[in-house]
Formats: sequence, structure tokens, C-alpha cells
Amino acid sequence: MPIASLDTTAKKGVAAVQDYSLLSARALGNLFRRPFYYADLVNQADLIGVGSLPIVILTGFFLGGALALQSSATLSQFGAAAFTGQLVSFSMIKEIGPVITALMVSGRNASGMASELGSMVVTEQIDAMRALGTDPLKKLVMPRIVSTIVMLFFLTILSDAVGILGGGCVAVFMLGQDASQYLHNAYQSLRFADIAQGLIKPLIFGFVLSTIGCYYGMNTRGGTQGVGRATTQAVVVSSVLIIASDFIIIRLMIGLFGR
Amino acid sequence: MTVAEMLAEKPANEVYPDAPAIRFENVSIGFDGKSVLEDISFEVKRGETRILLGPAGVGKSVLLKLANGLIKPDSGKIFVFGFEVSAMREQDLYKLRDIIGTVFQEGALFDSLTVRDNVGYRLTDEHVPEAEITERVTEALRFVELEHTLDKLPSQLSGGMRRRVAIARAIITKPSLLLYDSPTGGLDPITSTTIIELVVKQRDVYKTSALLVTHRLQDAFTMVSHQFNKETNSMEPLPDHQNDPKTSFLVLHQCRLVFDGSTHDLVASDDPFIKEYLS
Repeated sequence: MPIASLDTTAKKGVAAVQDYSLLSARALGNLFRRPFYYADLVNQADLIGVGSLPIVILTGFFLGGALALQSSATLSQFGAAAFTGQLVSFSMIKEIGPVITALMVSGRNASGMASELGSMVVTEQIDAMRALGTDPLKKLVMPRIVSTIVMLFFLTILSDAVGILGGGCVAVFMLGQDASQYLHNAYQSLRFADIAQGLIKPLIFGFVLSTIGCYYGMNTRGGTQGVGRATTQAVVVSSVLIIASDFIIIRLMIGLFGR
Repeated sequence: MTVAEMLAEKPANEVYPDAPAIRFENVSIGFDGKSVLEDISFEVKRGETRILLGPAGVGKSVLLKLANGLIKPDSGKIFVFGFEVSAMREQDLYKLRDIIGTVFQEGALFDSLTVRDNVGYRLTDEHVPEAEITERVTEALRFVELEHTLDKLPSQLSGGMRRRVAIARAIITKPSLLLYDSPTGGLDPITSTTIIELVVKQRDVYKTSALLVTHRLQDAFTMVSHQFNKETNSMEPLPDHQNDPKTSFLVLHQCRLVFDGSTHDLVASDDPFIKEYLS
């Protein structure tokens, strides 16, 4: 690759990071400026939170069940099948619940945000909004970011609970384990650090997926083809960043709490 | 005193009463290393209408977005009612835009809002009571003769109706400056005349300063050769083949402003491009 192309590519990369950071900072800064678009915030919370309930419940339940099936098969080789509940709750709360819920919400909402905002950009609706004296970062971006962070937090808690329930159903009805033992193990083995890790992750993931969705939407270029490209990029980049940030959070948590 | 304080104290058009509605001073802009506008300078006086002509893709819409502060120039200065929009913060620009109405190329109506909510968008944002919004929206829609479309969605309207709704949205707050971006582009001749009639009506009834972008010569010459008659509520030719003295032309070609003057000067121009363009 010629030096000039490398130079241009590097500049574009830095400019993209700068634009992304500015969009995120300005959108969050708008939280403290009037007017506050409360109705838009509630509307987005409904679309993102309530709208994502079916996929979050279904994936959580079946993942919990799959975890119970897989782990009990392995644990029984060591005569430790009774610890199925502990393994399911650990996995669901610390890792699978937050990550899978974020990926599901990302597939559904980061793409939705990118396509919705992208369509508004290419049809000049964003310019029209600015010309009418409304800040689109305040009216469109801020409510999406805030409602995604808040709703993903509660969706993750729900996914964790439904996953443990799904694992319990499999353990009791398919593997013949004792329900009380399963729940006791699932509950007693959890520590503050585990819960903290499981609750911090959705806050970070919610921020990542919503800002990425809005960034690609607001920077859409090139008509309907551009909207399609922005939608795909939003889902791919937010999914990769969710998993990458998951790794970083785990490392920080281990350093902080030792587990 | 900061710009924000000045704009909070009185309407933007009254802060500098002697300043023209728009002034461009040596403005240049380019995208991806390609120059789009070079060294553009012109003025739109208060109460004046200027028609910006030029072939498609020459940068007319870019110029209009510069005037509105939607994009910033690479060099040069742009003033709107004395405020330098090329150097203003976005927050202050939102306040200045209270007195600017913009009609976008394809209307740019919000597709998920009804006609009422589109036209009354600014009023809703300013928390005007619902009854007053409905009353003022109906009045603005009556101006464009579309008061029966109040509850329709933009997708249920024809192209010409969408432009008329866009005009209603732009004029509802009685702005001091109107920016029209190809309001007749892609429309049939009859609908185009209806739109031009509305532009002339706004010019002659409310004396609003305006910058209109078009590549349709027919529309431009209709505007200079006609006036709006309030009694008959229709557009009619000016007597004795006169031209409207408050309407003049700007012509863009190859990134530069190649003409700035009256209808008479435009028609008499010796510039080979203008001659070919007008022929």
C-alpha cells in the first residue's frame, strides 16, 4: 500500500474515532440541557425495552437449559452433578446473560437506530430538524442512548433470572435433580463481585451498542445503499465491541475483586 | 455581550437593523479534496428576493446550506442579519434559525408525523398550547390551500402537495428570511406554477427576504415578471412587461459566481456561458 494511502486511511480512522467520541459526549451532555425530550425517552424505552422482551426471554430460557444439559453431563463424570445450579447461575449472571442479551438487543436495536437515523439523514430530515431549530443529538440520539442503557440493565436481570429458571427446568424435569438443591446451589454460591460484574456489564454494553448504532446512522452517506451499509456496520461493530469490552471488564473485575 | 445574550434579548433581525439579510464574503468550500464553491461574494438585502441559477450539481444547495449554517465554509465569512453564521456555535445557530424558514429540495417532511405535526413542529417544540397550534397550522395550510390534509401522512400526499406542506412549515412562524432549495424540482409545469405562485405570494404579501435556488429558467422568469394580486388571490403579469425591482439574479458556474445583477443585465449579458444557459 502506498504511503499516501496509509496516511489517508489512518487520518480517516482517527477522524472516525473523534466523531464518535464527540457524538457520544454531546449526546450525553444534552442530558443536562433544556429542553428535555421526556416523551421521546419514554417512547424509545418502550421500543427498546418492551419490544426486546420476547427475544430476551426466549434466548435466556433456552441458554439456561442448554447450559444445564452441557454442564451436568460434564459434572456427572466427576460425581458433581449437584453443582449444576451453581454453574448455571455463575455463567448466566457473570457472562452469558449480559453478553447474549446485549448481542440480541444490538441485532435488534443498533440496526434499527442506524437504519432509522440513516434514512432521516439521506432524506434531509436531519437537516430539516436542525433548520427548524432542534438539535438532533438532543431529540434523537440522547433518548436512544439513555433508554438503551437503562432498559438493557433490566433486560439483563430478566435474562439472568429466566436463564436460571430454564436451567432449573432442565435439571429437575429432564435430569431428575432436586429443585431445592439446584436453587440453593445457584443462590448460595454467588458473591457480591459476581453480581456487580453482571450488573456493570449491561451499562457499558448499552452505551456501546446505542452510540455505535446512532453514530453509523448519523454518518450515513449515499442513499438507500448507504442506509443498508450503515445498518450492517452498526451491528457488526457493536457486536465486536461488546465482546471486546466484555474481556476488558472481566480483567478489571478480576483485578478489583479477585474473581 | 455574547451572541446568546443578544439573541435572548430581541429577535435576531432587530439586533443589527442595518445589516443585509445575507452577506457572503469570499466563501469557498470543497469536499474530499474537490472544490465546490470558490470565492463567492454576494448580498441579499432586506425585503429582496434573489434567484440563484446554475446547472445541476454546481453547488447551489451547498450554498443554501452554508447560508443556514448547516455546513461551515473552508474559508470566507457568511453573515445572516449581521450574525456571522460561519463562526457561530451550533447552540446559537438554533436560536438564529427561529427567524429563518427553509424549504428543502424534496420537502424533507418528517415521514412518521402527520401534516399537522410537521407544519406545527416548531410550535410543538416551543410548547405552544395545542389549540393554538391547530389554529396556526390551519392558517399556514390555508395559505398553501391544503387545509384539508391536516391528518394525512406525507406518504399520502403527491410530490407537489409535499412541497406546499414544506412551504407551510417554513412560513408558520412568519420568518424574516426564506431559503428555497429547488422548490419546483421534479414537478410537472402546472404544479411548478402553483408553487411559484406561493413563493410570489409570500414575497408580495409578507415582503420576506428570500434566496431561491432553481435550475428552471421558466420559474425564475415567472417570478420576476409576475406579482400577486391580493384582491383576486392570484398571480398576474406585471403591467407593460415590467420586472419586479426587488427580485434579481445570481448565476453559478464551475464553482464561481459568474453573474450578480438584475433581470435586464442577465438577459443582456455577454458572458458565453450565460448566453448558452439562457438560450
